[in-house]
Amino acid sequence: MTETVVIVGGGQAGAQVAVSLRQGGFDGRIVLLGDEPVLPYQRPPLSKTYLAGELARERLFVKPAAFYEKVNIEHQLGEAVCAINASEQVVCLDSGQTLHYDHLVLATGGRVRPLPCSGADHPQVNYLRTLADVEAMQDKFTEGTRLVVIGGGYIGLETAAVAVKHGLKVTLLVARPTPLGRVTSPEVGKFFEAVHREAGVTLRCDTEVVAIEDDGGDGQVAAVVTSCGYRVLADLVVVGIGLLPNVELAQSAGIACDDGITVDEYGRTNIDNIYAAGDCANHPNPIYQRRLRLESVQNAVDQGKTVAATICGKDKPYAQVPWFWSDQYDLKLQTAGINAGYDQTVIRGDVDSRSFAVFYLREGRLLAVDAINRPAEFVVARNIIGKNIVVSAERLQDESIPAKALADVPVNSGSTEDTTKDDAHNQERVA
Amino acid sequence: MTKVTYVENDGTRRDIDVQDGENLMDGALDNLVPGIDGDCGGVCACATCHVHVDSEWLDKLPPMDATEDAMLELTDDRNESSRLCCQIKASPELDGIVVHTPAGQH
Repeated sequence: MTETVVIVGGGQAGAQVAVSLRQGGFDGRIVLLGDEPVLPYQRPPLSKTYLAGELARERLFVKPAAFYEKVNIEHQLGEAVCAINASEQVVCLDSGQTLHYDHLVLATGGRVRPLPCSGADHPQVNYLRTLADVEAMQDKFTEGTRLVVIGGGYIGLETAAVAVKHGLKVTLLVARPTPLGRVTSPEVGKFFEAVHREAGVTLRCDTEVVAIEDDGGDGQVAAVVTSCGYRVLADLVVVGIGLLPNVELAQSAGIACDDGITVDEYGRTNIDNIYAAGDCANHPNPIYQRRLRLESVQNAVDQGKTVAATICGKDKPYAQVPWFWSDQYDLKLQTAGINAGYDQTVIRGDVDSRSFAVFYLREGRLLAVDAINRPAEFVVARNIIGKNIVVSAERLQDESIPAKALADVPVNSGSTEDTTKDDAHNQERVA
Repeated sequence: MTKVTYVENDGTRRDIDVQDGENLMDGALDNLVPGIDGDCGGVCACATCHVHVDSEWLDKLPPMDATEDAMLELTDDRNESSRLCCQIKASPELDGIVVHTPAGQH
């Protein structure tokens, strides 16, 4: 009998599951359900080239419409799934329609974390997560518009960079001591702070927003009130303060969740024939030996592939080095790995040259790199982390060694201590 | 329009007209050419649009920049004919270009 895979979520992960199922030889029915009224699209350009007006709308889509038809992937868009009945293997849609599944994939992604202060529902307050969000604000991206960006993460910084290039008057409010505080180091955060100031952004760190007021009484201008007592007027406010994983559908069906939907290395939840992938999924990462929930294209794509392989009976455990990128001005930041828990940073290159890499180590082992206009360091770090190679801090720093040779450490060249550690670590990973 | 011939790993050849100015990754994805993923959307961040370019066309391509060169190190079977096709834009000088797509990206 023909099997049916139902995929809940029409983002990058959902699309990847569908594509990889067909590539993997699955010949049953595939139904992709999405609550946004458009085919799966790529989110990264939303705060970069698409916001800047440099990318045509049709270029956002993961696959052209003809692709879904050609490989027979059904899609139902613009409608949310309201319930899962796991014992009956049925999902219910808002319209009242029900769909039977043999395999159910939750690729429900996340939603923006709402601004938790009074006045956050002011008409000029926008978020940046969906195509509709961007299209609602794009006509205000014109010279002279007063923009307040709340949030110093990737979204906030990229939005500020595009805006200042378009002649907007940009104020960027960052809650932490430096931008990118959640994901990078003070060194890299301070660098980006300086870059944005130099470009003309008014940037305030250690600044919380305590209220949004209406200035003028007609909803046209928002006044953003900060913890330091500033009152900044804005024709447009963009909020980028993080993502909340969409887990409620899973939770109400009895699926285990803890900072995302809990999956194993094959993308399986605790309920048979139900899987999760992408921003909503929390997976055991063999490289970092702990659970991670990642919000990235890499994770959406690779977990989508993992889940599709599991459904096809070709189990392929997820064991990827996480990677991320951000484009701001003339800078390409490429991050490989997760730096949490680092005890040492090594800077390779000169920060002032706007081309350098910061390596993060713990007990002498590379955890992550932030490479700014240093693609070779990014690439080699992915190798070093993925293959668990021990490279000393001195070597990482030594620019007389070409970046791509950094991982070429002769087997017997390390100290005895390093070799011992390496063996121990490998054994730990095998165990 | 620039005629681009994509040769798949199994030898299947497809001639596709790509709009001048569009890159060869988009040309492949729009026309459902297998073997090209393009996960990052064409910003030279993922190296999943690796192709081998027929030798007679290599010299006609704009030289690769440092980012493309570095990213190519992530691919499985890099050689002197390797390029990331998101970085190759269709243009009249490339009319007739032949590129080979791999069985799969890394």
